[in-house]
Amino acid sequence: MLRLFLAGLAILFACLNANAQDGGLQPILQDHQEIIVKSSRKTIKPAIDALAASGLPQAQVMLETWVAKDMWMRKSDGLFFAGKMAEGRSYELTDFDTGKVVGTFEKSDLKQLKPNSGVRAMIGTALVQFQLTDPDRKKRLAALKSIQRDPEGALLEPLRASIEDEPDVDLKAQKQRLERLLTIGYDEDVAARVAAIEEMSNDLGVDVRAALNPLVATSRKTAADLPSDVNVAIILEPGSEALSRDDAYHLLVASDLAAPHVLPDDIRLALAANIDGGRVGGVPVAQLNKTTARAQAYSTLAEAGIVPALVTEADIDMALGAHVFFETYAEPSVEVTAAAEKALKKIERKVGLNQTLDLTLDAVSLASIYFLAAIGLAITFGVMGVINMAHGEFIMMGAYTGYVVQQYVPDHTVSIIVAIPMAFAVTFAMGVAMERLVIRWLYARPLETLLATFGISIALQQLAKNIFGTQARPLTAPGWLDGAWVMNDVVSISYIRIAIFVLALIFLGMFLYIMKRTRLGLEMRAVTQNPRMAGSMGINPGRVNMLTFGLGSGIAGIAGVAIGLFAKVTSDLGNDYIVQSFMTVVVGGVGNIWGALAGAGMIGFLQKGIEWMNPSNTLAAQTYMIIFIIIFIQFRPRGIIALKGRAAGD
Amino acid sequence: MSTLLEVSGVSVTFDGFRAINNLSFQIGDAELRSVIGPNGAGKTTFMDIITGKTRPDEGRVIWGEKSVSLLDMTEAKIAQAGIGRKFQKPTVFEDQSVRDNLLMALKKNRGWVGVLLYRPSKSDLQKVEDLATEIGLYLELSRKSGELSHGQKQWLEIGMLLAQDPRLLLVDEPAAGMTPQEREHTTDLLVQAARTRAVVVVEHDMEFVRRLNCKVTVLHEGSVLAEGSLDHVTSNQDVIDVYLGR
Amino acid sequence: MERSFVAKNPSVLVFLTILSLFTLGVTVLSEGFGIGVISTSFVKTLGKTLCLCLIAVAMDLVWGFTGILSLGHFAFFGLGGYMIGMWLMYERTRLIVVESLSQADIPPTPAEVVDAIGTQIFGVVGSSEFPLIWSFSHSLTLQLILVVVVPGLLALIFGWLAFRSRVTGVYLSILTQAMTLALALYLFQNDSGLRGNNGLSGLQNLPGVTVSQDVVSLWFLWASALALGLGYMLAAWIVSGKFGSVLRGIRDNEARVRFLGYSVEAYKLAVFTLTACIAAIAGALYYPQAGIINPEEMAPIASIYLAVWVAIGGRGRLYGAVIGAAFVSLLSTWFTGGQAPDIPLGFYTIKWVDWWQVLLGVSFVLVTLFAPQGIGGLFDLYSNQRHPDRHGANLGPDEGALREKEASL
Repeated sequence: MLRLFLAGLAILFACLNANAQDGGLQPILQDHQEIIVKSSRKTIKPAIDALAASGLPQAQVMLETWVAKDMWMRKSDGLFFAGKMAEGRSYELTDFDTGKVVGTFEKSDLKQLKPNSGVRAMIGTALVQFQLTDPDRKKRLAALKSIQRDPEGALLEPLRASIEDEPDVDLKAQKQRLERLLTIGYDEDVAARVAAIEEMSNDLGVDVRAALNPLVATSRKTAADLPSDVNVAIILEPGSEALSRDDAYHLLVASDLAAPHVLPDDIRLALAANIDGGRVGGVPVAQLNKTTARAQAYSTLAEAGIVPALVTEADIDMALGAHVFFETYAEPSVEVTAAAEKALKKIERKVGLNQTLDLTLDAVSLASIYFLAAIGLAITFGVMGVINMAHGEFIMMGAYTGYVVQQYVPDHTVSIIVAIPMAFAVTFAMGVAMERLVIRWLYARPLETLLATFGISIALQQLAKNIFGTQARPLTAPGWLDGAWVMNDVVSISYIRIAIFVLALIFLGMFLYIMKRTRLGLEMRAVTQNPRMAGSMGINPGRVNMLTFGLGSGIAGIAGVAIGLFAKVTSDLGNDYIVQSFMTVVVGGVGNIWGALAGAGMIGFLQKGIEWMNPSNTLAAQTYMIIFIIIFIQFRPRGIIALKGRAAGD
Repeated sequence: MSTLLEVSGVSVTFDGFRAINNLSFQIGDAELRSVIGPNGAGKTTFMDIITGKTRPDEGRVIWGEKSVSLLDMTEAKIAQAGIGRKFQKPTVFEDQSVRDNLLMALKKNRGWVGVLLYRPSKSDLQKVEDLATEIGLYLELSRKSGELSHGQKQWLEIGMLLAQDPRLLLVDEPAAGMTPQEREHTTDLLVQAARTRAVVVVEHDMEFVRRLNCKVTVLHEGSVLAEGSLDHVTSNQDVIDVYLGR
Repeated sequence: MERSFVAKNPSVLVFLTILSLFTLGVTVLSEGFGIGVISTSFVKTLGKTLCLCLIAVAMDLVWGFTGILSLGHFAFFGLGGYMIGMWLMYERTRLIVVESLSQADIPPTPAEVVDAIGTQIFGVVGSSEFPLIWSFSHSLTLQLILVVVVPGLLALIFGWLAFRSRVTGVYLSILTQAMTLALALYLFQNDSGLRGNNGLSGLQNLPGVTVSQDVVSLWFLWASALALGLGYMLAAWIVSGKFGSVLRGIRDNEARVRFLGYSVEAYKLAVFTLTACIAAIAGALYYPQAGIINPEEMAPIASIYLAVWVAIGGRGRLYGAVIGAAFVSLLSTWFTGGQAPDIPLGFYTIKWVDWWQVLLGVSFVLVTLFAPQGIGGLFDLYSNQRHPDRHGANLGPDEGALREKEASL
C-alpha cells in the first residue's frame, strides 16, 4: 500500500517538476549506463552521486527500485525502467520520469540489474538524503538511526538541508543534535568543528563521547627527527613512566629502526640448531645449562656470522638516543584536537560527578538489601540477644514460598501480593516453633544457641534441597518492575531496586511503629530490659519472646520474597546473607534499629566504594570489606550506635 | 601513717546519670575502713574505678609510695600492684577444687609462660594448706568449690584474696547471707587481715560494721557525705536524713 | 600430692594405648604391609580422621577449656594444608619438568626450569609467574616451618586485635567467622597466588617416592597417629597444671581471673595461637592424604562443623573431642558415601545421601538441648560421675561457662 502511495506521490512530483528539469532521470542514467550495468563498488560512485545530486524526487523511487533489484534495462535501446513481473516470463516496465507503463516485454529482451551488497550500501547512503525529507515520520526516524549507526561526512549536507523543513519537533531536535555531532567529526571548516565541540561539551550523552574520542585517539610513533606535518600530542622520554625502555625499544624494532632482541628462547633454538659433534661454538652441550655458557657459545656463533649478534645495552642506549618517541593524533587539526581534549575533560568531570551519584544510588540500593536481610536479625539478635544461624534459612524459606505461590497464581502481580503475607505466615510459624522447641531452653547460653540453630540451619537447607532440588528456581517479578529509571546516559537505577528501597523504608516504619506504638512493642521492650520485673507486672515473658522471635522470623521471610526477585532461589540462598546480616547488626550496634540502618548503610557504601576502586574483582572487595569491619570493631566494639553505660551489660 | 591510696575529684557519668560525683577518698597502710551508703550511692562503681573496671571521666587515683596513677593500668596490672577485690556474690571457680582456687590466687608469676611451666613446690602447697586452715577449709581442699556452702565460698574468696597477699583489700558485703557464727568468723578474718594491710569493707549491715570497730565513710549520691567513727557519723544529721532515718 | 603427670591423668595413658593398638591393627589389616582386609582408600579415610581428631583436640582446648567459640580454626587447618601443598606441588612439578626438559637438545638453565614449573602450575589461572608467596616453595624445610608460622601469625594478629578490644562470646564467634570468610573469599580469587578455586592438587604423590599409595597411605596414618598422640599429650599437659586452671577460670568467669592479676588477653592469645598451630599441623597432614585442597574447604561452615564434633563428643574433655570428631566424621563418610542402606517407607524411600544432613542437624539440636555432655557423658555413667545440682545455673557468668550437666562433682 505504502509503496503504491509513494509511487503515486512520486509521479505527482514528477509531473509537477517535469518542466523544471530538462530531460529528467533517464539522461543521467544513460550518461552512466556503462558503470551502472557493471555495478562495481569501485566504479559506481559517479553514477550514484549524479543521481543524488540531480535533486529529482523520482530519484528516490528509482534508487529504491534499484536496491530492491527491480530495475531492468531494455537491451534494445539501453534505457532503464522499473520492472514488474507479468504473465509468464514477461515483465511490465514503467518509466521512472513519467511513471507511465511503457509496455510488457519478454525477459530475454531485458537485463536485470542486481547490485551487490557494497553497491547497495552506497545506494543506501544516497537514499538517506531523500529519506530525511520523506513525508513518512517512520522513514525519517529510520534514516536518522542509520546515520547514527555509521556516521559519514557525505551525509552532513543532506542532514543540514533537511533540518529547516522538519515538521516534527522531536525529530527536529534529534536532527540538530546529529548535525552537531557530524559537524564535530566531518565538517571541513575547522572553526565550525571547534564551535560544535564547545557547544556539545556540556552533554553527557555516550554519542558525544563517541564523536569526540576518535579525535583524541593517538598512536605511538618513533622517528629519527620529529616530523613537522603531524599533529603531535606528546613527546615521550624513553625510560619514563609513560614509556619504558623496553617498550621504546620494541617500538623501534616494530618500525624496523633497530635490530630485534635475541630472546633466550631464540638463543636456545640457535644453539640447538648448531650442535656440532657434541659442542656448540666450542662449548660442550652438557655445560649449556648456564646462561653464561650459553652466552659464550652464542657469541662464538655470532662472531662466525652464523647467527645475528646479540643486542647489548649499549646498542639499545644508542638506538634510543638516536630517535624521538611521540604520540600523534589521527586528526590533523591542532585546534580541533585541543578543543576536543578540553571538551572531553569537561565532560569527564561531569561524568565523574554523575558516576558518583550513580554509585551512591547503587550503594543505597545495596544497603537497603542488607537492611532488609538484617532487620529480622536486628529483632532476634539485636533486641532479644538470640543468635539465630538459621536466619538465612528463613530468608530462603520466604523465597521458596514466593516460588510455590507463583506455581498456583500465574499473574505475577497478584502472586507477589499473595506471597508476601504467605511468606510471613510460614516463617512466623517456623520461628515460633523454633523458639518454643529449642531457643527458650537456651536463653542464657548464646553460644549453644548459635550451634543449635546452626543444626537447624543445615537440616533446613538439606530439606529444601530434597524438596526443590539443587537447581535454581525462578521467582519472577511483575512486568511493571522490569526496566530502569534512566536519568541520563550515566545514571540509572532499576525499578526493582527502587521497590526494595521502598520496602526497606516500609519495614523501618513498621518496626518503629510496632516497637513504639503498640502494646506488643511495649511488652517486648519491657521483657528485654528486665524479664523478671515484666513478669511480675503481668506480662507473660514466654509469650512475648515467642511473638518477638516470630516477628523477626516473619520479616526475614518477607525479605526472602524481595531478595528472591533479583537473586536465584536456591537452598543455600541464606548462606549469602547470614554473615553480612550479622555484620550489619554488629557494626551498627546491637539493640537498636537505627544501628542496623547505619550498619547496612556503612557496609553497602563500603562495598560499592571498594568495588569502584577495584571494579574487576568483587571477591577482593568482599575480602577487604570484612577486614575493614574486623578493624572497625577494634575501635567501636559496640558498633556505630552504641548503648552506653550499665544498660549495655558491662 | 602514710597514704596508700588516694582518690581525688573523681566523677563518672553513665548516660547522663552521675554515678560518682567529685569523690575524694584516702586510705593508709594497715587501716580498716568501712564504706556505707544507701543503694545507688556509688559503692560498687567506686570499687570498679579503683580496680580499673570503669574509667572515670575526670579525677585522679594515686597508688603507693611511688604515687603511680592507676588510671592507665589494666585490671590485671592493678591486681598485680597489690589491690585485691572480693565481689558481692561469692565468685570462686566452681569447677575447680579449693586447692586449685587457692593455688591460682597465690602470689606468683602471672605471665603465661611462667604459669605454663609452673609446678607447685612444697612450700607453695604448705602455704595453701595454712591458708585453708585459716579460713576453715582444710578438710575441703580436694573438693570442687562448687560444692561448698554459701558461707564457705565467701571464706574461700577471702582466702584467695589473702593468698594474693595484696596491700589493699576491697571487700564487697562479705557478710551477706551468712549465719551469725559465720559472720563472727568473717569479722575475725578481716580484722586479722587489717593488721598488715589496708582493708576497705563495703557493707549494709550496721551491726557488722559496729563489730569491725573502725573508721567509717558514708557515701551518698556519688560523693562522701561524712567520715569518722561510727558513732560520729551516726550522729550526723545529714547521714540520718539520707540513710539511717529511712 | 607429688604425683606424676600420667598418674594424674589416667585417660592419657588409656588414650595412647588405644591409639597405638588402633594404628597397629590398621597396619596389620592394610594392603601395604598386612593381609589386605582394609582397602587403601579406607586407610586414607582413617588417617584423615586422625587429623580431624587432632584439630578437634585443638578446638576443645580453645572452646571447651577456654570458652572461646572460635569459628575460624578450619581456616588455620586449611592454611597448613596450603603451606605443605605448595612444596608438594612445586617439587613434583619440578621433577616432571626436569624429566621432560632433559629430552631437549640443550640442557635447561635453572631459570628455564623455574619458568616451566610456573607455566605448569599457574597455567590454569592464566599466569606463569611465581607469586611472591611461593618464594620458599622450593625448600621442604622452609615450607614446613611456614606450616606453623603462617597460621600462627594470622592467629596472633587476629587474636591480638580481637582480644585487645575485649570482644567476647558470640561477637567473637561472628568475628572469627568473618575472618574465615574473608580468607576463603581471598583464596577464591585467581590472583591470590594459590590457583583460585582450582586449589592445589596431586598432593597425594610424594615427590621422589616410587612406592605405591598402599604404603604411602600407611606412612601418613602413622604420622597422623603420632601427631595426634603428641598433640593429645601436649593438650593434656597444658590443661592439667595451673595454666589449665587459669584457662578454665577464663571460661567460667573472665573478670574474676582478671582481678586475680592474670592478663586474660595474653592467655587467650597464647591458647588461640597455639591451637591455630596445632590445627595447621593437622591440616598439613590431612591434605596430602586427601590429595587436593581448595578454598571451599575453608568456608566458615567447616569450622562450625568442627564445633559440632566437639559438642557431640563432649566439650571440656579431650577424649570427648577425639570421640566426637572420629564418630561424626566416620559416620558422615558412611552415610554420604552411599553405604548406608536406604529405608523404604512404602510411600517414600529415605536415601541417606539426601537425609544424612537433616539427621545430623536434628541430632545436633537434641544433643545441645538434652545431653550437653555429649558422648563423653557415657563415660561418666560408667565411672559413676555425678553432675552437680545447681537448679539449672551455669558454673560461671560468662557465655562460654560450663553448664550444669557438663560439669562433674
